[in-house]
Amino acid sequence: MARKKKKVPEINASSMADISFLLLIFFLVTTTMDTDSGIFRRLPPPVENPDMDVKVKERNILNVMINKYDKLMVNGKPCDIADLKDKTRDFITPKPNDEKAPEVEVKEIDMIGNFMTNKGVVSLKNDRGTSYQMYIAVQNELAKAFNELREEVAMTYFKQHYNDMTDKDKVDAVNKAVPVRISEAEPEEIK
Amino acid sequence: MAKFRKGGSKEVPAISTGSMPDIIFMLIFFFMVTTSMRETTLKVKMKLPAATEVQKLEKKSLVSFIYIGPPTNTKLYGTEPRLQLNDSYARIDDIIPFVEQERMDRAEADRQKLTTSLKIHEEVRMGLVTDVKQELRKCGAFRISYSTRKGE
Repeated sequence: MARKKKKVPEINASSMADISFLLLIFFLVTTTMDTDSGIFRRLPPPVENPDMDVKVKERNILNVMINKYDKLMVNGKPCDIADLKDKTRDFITPKPNDEKAPEVEVKEIDMIGNFMTNKGVVSLKNDRGTSYQMYIAVQNELAKAFNELREEVAMTYFKQHYNDMTDKDKVDAVNKAVPVRISEAEPEEIK
Repeated sequence: MAKFRKGGSKEVPAISTGSMPDIIFMLIFFFMVTTSMRETTLKVKMKLPAATEVQKLEKKSLVSFIYIGPPTNTKLYGTEPRLQLNDSYARIDDIIPFVEQERMDRAEADRQKLTTSLKIHEEVRMGLVTDVKQELRKCGAFRISYSTRKGE
């Protein structure tokens, strides 16, 4: 009996290209490019008359101060950073019938219609000795409060998450309804 | 008596190299996508503070960077936080010319959209940061971004 030669069949390599493309696409989708991210803020233009104080009613201001030991004070009372978001949130929510809450103003906004906006301003003051880490933590908490309110407005008026909105007009409308009003004082020493 | 079988029956077939180009291309694409070119060498230590409410910087070409942190070479420059613009240490007074230069490098229509990204080490005191912000206000670079890393 003559035995047949045993041959190992050659591996079919024609699908290799497909596999590599699959991998390529997988990596394309999953790798996040090292994009820079951060908290956006707009600086106010320089003050022309430093002596001229802008009068703002007391009920319209939320005073946030950070001293050089990174301790926080909100409206004259010591406050923990964990409570800052809720306090800010409470402050910026429009409450037309509350005497102590900031004033509200009815504005007409495209795509939303008449909307009650809050005239409250968060005044942020920090000492020269405050650490940058603490400052960012505070900015982050403030941003969180504003974003939460924006999310709420986006959900009620557009049935969409604020972060998922792609239509620029809608984003602008929500931004107008909930403006980020954070005023940073001119630098000075805080005890 | 057992004999060693001779002949080419046990030859291992050659591995096909036909897909080699594909693999190489894949690697090339992969590295092309993931590498972010760094234009400046950092001379200051950079540990960004963490934040959750971050936004992405959109137009990379319209961003200029200011780095603040303690020098990397502490033996030579000490531990006091320093400012870095482009490739060298700078003083507060250098910010205005720097911003002007950055504006000149952009197309005229884009100059107003220029964002300054502040990359600041988390242990830096706010005094220095405030000074930098005051300078930026003076020269009209109002759009800023506090660069952070994502997370709690």
